[in-house]
Amino acid sequence: MKLSIPEEEIMGHGHLACQGCGAALAMRYALKAFGRNTVMTFPACCWSVIDGPFPHSAVNVPLFHTCFEAAASTASGIKAGFDAQGKDVNVVAWAGDGGTYDIGIQALSGAAERNDDIIYVCYDNEAYMNTGVQRSGSTPYLSWTTTTPVKHPKQRPKKDIVSIMAAHRIPYLATASVAFPEDMITKFKKAKDIKGTRFLLVFSPCPPGWRANPENTIKLAKLAVLTRVFPLIEVENGRVWKLTKKVRTVKPVSEYLKLQGRFRHLSEDDVAVIQENTNKDWEILMDKVGEKD
Amino acid sequence: MPKKSEVKIIFESIKDMPPLAVSLYTMDYNKTGSWRNVRPIIDYDKCTYCTICWKFCPEPSIDLEKIEVDGKEKFKPIINYKYCKGCGICWTECPVDAIYTEEESE
Amino acid sequence: MRKVIIGNHALSYGAMLSRAQVIAAYPITPQTEVIELLSEMCANGELDAKFIKVESEHSAMTACVGASATGVRTFTATSAQGLALMHEVLHWAVGARTPVVMGNINRAMAPPWTIWTEQTDSLSQRDTGWMQIYCQNNQEVLDSVIQAYKVAEQVKLPAMVILAAFVLSHTSETVEMPEQEKVDEFLPPYELEYKIDPDDPHAFGGLTGPDGYFELRYIIQKAIEDAIPKWEEVGEEFGKLFGRSYGLVETYKIEDAKELIISSATVASTARSAIDYLREKGKKVGLLRIRVFRPFPAEKVKSLLSAIDKAIVIDRNISFGASGIFYQEVKAACYNEKNKPPIFGVITGLGGRDVGKKDIIDIYEYVMKQDKVESDIIWKGVRV
Repeated sequence: MKLSIPEEEIMGHGHLACQGCGAALAMRYALKAFGRNTVMTFPACCWSVIDGPFPHSAVNVPLFHTCFEAAASTASGIKAGFDAQGKDVNVVAWAGDGGTYDIGIQALSGAAERNDDIIYVCYDNEAYMNTGVQRSGSTPYLSWTTTTPVKHPKQRPKKDIVSIMAAHRIPYLATASVAFPEDMITKFKKAKDIKGTRFLLVFSPCPPGWRANPENTIKLAKLAVLTRVFPLIEVENGRVWKLTKKVRTVKPVSEYLKLQGRFRHLSEDDVAVIQENTNKDWEILMDKVGEKD
Repeated sequence: MPKKSEVKIIFESIKDMPPLAVSLYTMDYNKTGSWRNVRPIIDYDKCTYCTICWKFCPEPSIDLEKIEVDGKEKFKPIINYKYCKGCGICWTECPVDAIYTEEESE
Repeated sequence: MRKVIIGNHALSYGAMLSRAQVIAAYPITPQTEVIELLSEMCANGELDAKFIKVESEHSAMTACVGASATGVRTFTATSAQGLALMHEVLHWAVGARTPVVMGNINRAMAPPWTIWTEQTDSLSQRDTGWMQIYCQNNQEVLDSVIQAYKVAEQVKLPAMVILAAFVLSHTSETVEMPEQEKVDEFLPPYELEYKIDPDDPHAFGGLTGPDGYFELRYIIQKAIEDAIPKWEEVGEEFGKLFGRSYGLVETYKIEDAKELIISSATVASTARSAIDYLREKGKKVGLLRIRVFRPFPAEKVKSLLSAIDKAIVIDRNISFGASGIFYQEVKAACYNEKNKPPIFGVITGLGGRDVGKKDIIDIYEYVMKQDKVESDIIWKGVRV
């Protein structure tokens, strides 16, 4: 029997991720895809803590901690350092959604515009989880967070980071999900072999932040794809959009929402609006992909 | 390469310390099995060796052992209780309900 | 070989001769000529470096820190607002022990928008752990970049080479160009004990609690203290090879001096001609120019001040709510000494207002009439 994902574990156990952490799974798969000739840089994010305290580390590849807004520029500098020494090393910026959609977007946009030869991975858990669940630019519409309480949940949609990054005409970007590790690892391996700025967005459920049961991490990540809340796609050179996971039987968004305490306050009407928004976003995506379903 | 240690390293003096915060050890000392309230147990009579539990473990705390079943090579999943946090992904995702749970006594 | 170059180009040549391998920079007046020339050098192959044209000073410094941690020599340059934007990363460079070398053109801070010189931008960064060298002419700017790499790489701390906006940055002076072979001899290749390397993986800067952070800060203080003799040794060694020696401080006509004028950068070089004039008039006044401000040369300052009657510190900077910053440092260094003169603090030339020879003579004559220090600030030249 063949395993569907690489057997070698680079990420070690004993790390400090919460039970059922999507971000921990994302790292485990990413390292399987990238291999050991990889260097990572983390801005402030959950992984700043998950990796463990000095003088310990769980990732077993070189890791340079950097400041919150600087994942991309630090990666650009590290890459330039290796280039100057004639060393071919895979340099990866590894950031949460706050460090990507919000405070880190300037450095990310700069690196992408220059097409610096780095991989930028955003593990997206849709809020500032490390600081205790505050809303970010990635938090979905009507979600509860500690700064968008149920009496006034988030009033704006999740920022469309995929379109923002596609607009930079970078050679490769893809979305991935921890519920589909084979697809994720295929994309990460593909990204590794491309030159220039590559952007990978990984949907990573956060059980404590989403007020969800840790055992449902994979279930939620899968439902996000099956309800079209988080489509799995690839975009090449910002122009060629491809759907990499076609969903045969689409599920209603309510199935995804009802497993999460952060959406517990939603009325039936609210759910209907979210369903409608999801349908509209899907149509826009299908226009880009050039497919009708 | 990072070394293994059974305890968290606290340097007694700057003489033992690197001059900057640089890691020298793995996280193996941190036995996260103590976080677990519920213990997953694999029922090998039901297990089909599909490795889905291994695939989705975020720690990772399921090891694979190569075995032969009816002349075919299979991967047997073995839970590493030193590190399993008891998140429940394995028993939720197991397609044949081969993982049952027991409350941890202490 | 001699060249007539502006101060900004002295920085560029310093980085080139030091064989900087990664440069990351963002334009800001009055720094732009530094990076324009470096861009030319990289484009025409004179300098074999990767130049990342970043989108902000914050990214410039993070890129330099990242590159430096892989074991390469890095350079950037900025000024005022740009330096302030880097502030967070200046601390990072120190904590990560990355010996980045940076040129900073002293420009006053906004608002109001202004581009003229003042030292408050770099002095606001004094507690970051960066070494700071204040230069008085273009030759010193070029020579200090080369020396800065040598000291920085020995103590694993970053260094800032500082020059006044326009007064040096855009002023042409004759500069002796060090020969590349001699610079190579002076400056050995950069070596790091712990660097980012997939063959020897480490995490850098991971979460550290009260059980370790304190010691790491102690180690940094010891490293910057080690730099005090290093700046003297390296300045002397430079002198042997190139004929121009440097130290932590520079003195002028102090042998029989009863009074000392203490200043830095180009104000200090103007003070030299004021001292010549006053000496002709029979006044026993000398000059102490503080070249290396961090680490602070406290022992030098204490011993030089122990034998004089009056000290006058002239600051082109201000710490609002306190006083001139060099004044504070000089005063603090002498406080516990038995023999110390009264120390007068003068603030002048803020926002690029000219500080001429006559201004310094006026300051001296004013202070000579004072029996004791009445206030921590003597304002010179402000229209009140």
